[in-house]
Amino acid sequence: MTATLTSTPETAYFTHLKCKECGAEYEPKAIHVCEYCFGPLEVKYDLNRLATAVTRSTIEAGPKSIWRYRAFLPVTSANPIDVGTGMTPLIKAQRLARRLGLKHLYIKNDAVNMPTLSFKDRVVSVALTRARELGFTTVSCASTGNLANSTAAIAAYAGLDCCVFIPADLEAGKVLGTLIYGPVVMAVEGNYDQVNRLCSEVANTHGWGFVNINLRPYYSEGSKTLGYEVIEQLGWQLPDHIVAPLASGSLFTKIYKGFREFVEVGLVADKPVRCSGAQAAGCSPIAQAYAEGRDFVAPVKPNTIAKSIAIGNPADGVYALEIARKTNGAIAAATDEEIVAGIKLLAETEGIFTETAGGTTIAVLKKLVEAGKIDSEEVTVVYITGNGLKTQEAVQNDIGQPLTIEPKLASFERALERSRTLERLDWQPVLV
Amino acid sequence: MAVTVLIPTPLQKLTRDQATVECQAQSIAELLEKLEQDCPGIKGRLCDESGQLRRFVNFYVNNEDIRFLNGLETPLKDGDEVSIIPAIAGG
Repeated sequence: MTATLTSTPETAYFTHLKCKECGAEYEPKAIHVCEYCFGPLEVKYDLNRLATAVTRSTIEAGPKSIWRYRAFLPVTSANPIDVGTGMTPLIKAQRLARRLGLKHLYIKNDAVNMPTLSFKDRVVSVALTRARELGFTTVSCASTGNLANSTAAIAAYAGLDCCVFIPADLEAGKVLGTLIYGPVVMAVEGNYDQVNRLCSEVANTHGWGFVNINLRPYYSEGSKTLGYEVIEQLGWQLPDHIVAPLASGSLFTKIYKGFREFVEVGLVADKPVRCSGAQAAGCSPIAQAYAEGRDFVAPVKPNTIAKSIAIGNPADGVYALEIARKTNGAIAAATDEEIVAGIKLLAETEGIFTETAGGTTIAVLKKLVEAGKIDSEEVTVVYITGNGLKTQEAVQNDIGQPLTIEPKLASFERALERSRTLERLDWQPVLV
Repeated sequence: MAVTVLIPTPLQKLTRDQATVECQAQSIAELLEKLEQDCPGIKGRLCDESGQLRRFVNFYVNNEDIRFLNGLETPLKDGDEVSIIPAIAGG
């Protein structure tokens, strides 16, 4: 690989990598860890130059994808990999809001992100664009499913070789939704944290571009677009409160970074935004640290249906904790039953079928409202990051069955009568 | 009591570019001292001033995070494999 980049072109505004812990600076190569303290490296930009070059109009004139924010992303290519990722709907969730007692609730719907129906398409579009710039020909990732789908699909589009690593017990839809793109898929007999550890060792030796390991500083920046888009879609305003799922904590911290960057370059007026996070009770190391007032996150062994956010050793957990606390947000956890109920509630009120991570987020939203931690007047944005068709196992026993009828009017009338007298869950899968 | 230690890329400058190091130690704490004798400077990268592991450093003994074992006092035996892994994001 040829990872040299001492100066970035005129059109790029990122300058270097900086350790979030000790502040050591590095060239923007395929590295992710500080040599001195093991802290994570983060991309830095020339925000002064950005502020003079970018306006609301230049952004609005850009493509209908994350690349309208290209100046805020760590790539140099004039032709980044654009498969229509981003600019997903921000819908006003009036029926869900009424159910919960809120007045200004919005759903940022990445269940319909392109091309693979999760927010991961944002981070992968950025990571693979950067991988190509750094000279990688094989890309890889450790994934709980969504990242594997996205890496395999976008690698196929970009003509990059791809090898992904997943835990062996993933949902069938997530495995199939990776295999179809023709990558090498390694199903590792272990949990996600073990998969990640293995990949860290592979990345050391094979010279591949691992989107969430040696390309992580670039990859994670893609999540900032979830902050930018919400600002733009709210009519260039910040929300009052956001609720997002927490797995590694990266998404959460980058949404916040996106908000702050737009304030710093003068694209949006500053105001406090409360940032709240959602975890599954069966894997809630960050929620536990929050509840116990700790400033460190003790790892746990995951046991939850919310596999996409089942990370027991969250790399950005401490940063997520800091942000939730300093913004006066909260972090809470939902049980598997509450997660399924959350999936159904969002589907029945807003017509959005999300996966278990989204069910977790809706369940925690409901909890926070009931606990008085979200005010009914707050403009609240909930991030739905994945699609329910990928995790059908999670809900298949909780949604009833079709009423099977003969092709006759009388049979239909009997069934209709029956459907009106029975609770949905009592429906029988038999001829009526 | 030889154990094999897998060294991550950011530390390999200190191990003369070796990805694995053989070491004699009865516990993780002793391992850190022995590594420091062999590769001066390495302990300062892994531990803070009070001698505790830095918060983004993960140690594994035969695939198990030492925070699920006995932390720095986790015992080692002949043939054990110790991995030093930076924290990783993802999903």
